[in-house]
Amino acid sequence: MTDTREALMVGRTSDGRLVQRPLSPHLQVYRPQITSVLSILHRATGIALSAGTLLLVWWLVAAARGDAAYAAVAGFVRSPLGILLLFGWTASLWYHFCAGLRHLAWDAGVGYELPTMHRSGRAVLIATAVLTLLTWIVGVAAM
Amino acid sequence: MSGITKIAVMRSQLGRVRGLGAAHGGTHHWWAQRLTALALLPLSLWFVLSVLRLGGLPRSAVAHFASHPVNAALLAGLVLATFHHAQLGLQVIVDDYVHHERARMATLLAIRGVAALLGLIALFAIGRLAFSG
Repeated sequence: MTDTREALMVGRTSDGRLVQRPLSPHLQVYRPQITSVLSILHRATGIALSAGTLLLVWWLVAAARGDAAYAAVAGFVRSPLGILLLFGWTASLWYHFCAGLRHLAWDAGVGYELPTMHRSGRAVLIATAVLTLLTWIVGVAAM
Repeated sequence: MSGITKIAVMRSQLGRVRGLGAAHGGTHHWWAQRLTALALLPLSLWFVLSVLRLGGLPRSAVAHFASHPVNAALLAGLVLATFHHAQLGLQVIVDDYVHHERARMATLLAIRGVAALLGLIALFAIGRLAFSG
C-alpha cells in the first residue's frame, strides 16, 4: 500500500469478502440521478463562487481607490462578458444557498427519505430559477 | 472494484471507526464549514440586497454605504466567512479528486495562500472605505 487513505476504501460484502470501495463520487462511473447531479452541482457552483470572489475583491478595491478605478469595474459588469459572468454567479449563489439549506437540514437529521430527497431536490432547482430571475428583474429595474 | 483485497494496514477496526489519524481530530473542518455556512445565509442575503440597491449608483454611494460601521462590519464578516468557507469547500474537492500526494498538498497550499491574500486585500479595501469614505 502506498497511500494510507486506501485503508478507508476497504469494506466487506454481505458474504464477508473484503472488497475495495470507491472513496468519492466517481463522475464517469455512476448513472446520473437527481441526487448525484445536484451534489455535483453543489460542488461546481462552489468552485464558480470561489472564482467569483475575484469580482467582489476587485469591486471593493476599486471603490476604495477612486472614481476611475470604480468606473472600470462598472464598465466590466455592464459588458456582455460581465453580464454573462454576473448572471452565472447569481444563479450559482442562489443554487448554493438553497442546496446548502438542504445540506444543513440533512446535518440536522431531517429529510433523508428518498421521496423527500427527490422533492427537496426539485424544490432547490425551482427556487434557484425563481430567485435568480427575481434578482435580475429587480436589478435591471433599479438601473 | 470487487475482488479479494488484502488489508495491509496496522490499524484496529476500532481505530478506523474513530477515524482519529495523525491529525487527532476530524470534526473541526466539518464543523467550521457548517458554522461559516450558517453565517453566510444572512450575510449573503444582505449582500445581494445591498448590491441591488447600489447597482448603477456612483462610487460615492458605495463609499457612503461602506462608511456606516454596521455595513463595514457586515462586509468584513462576509469576506471572512466567504473565504474561510470557500477554502474549506475547495479542500474537500481537492482531497477527493487530486490523488497524487505532492500535487494535493501543493494545491491545498495554493488555495490557502490565494484565499488568505484575497481576503486580506478585501479587508483593507473595506477598512479604507470605512475610515475615509
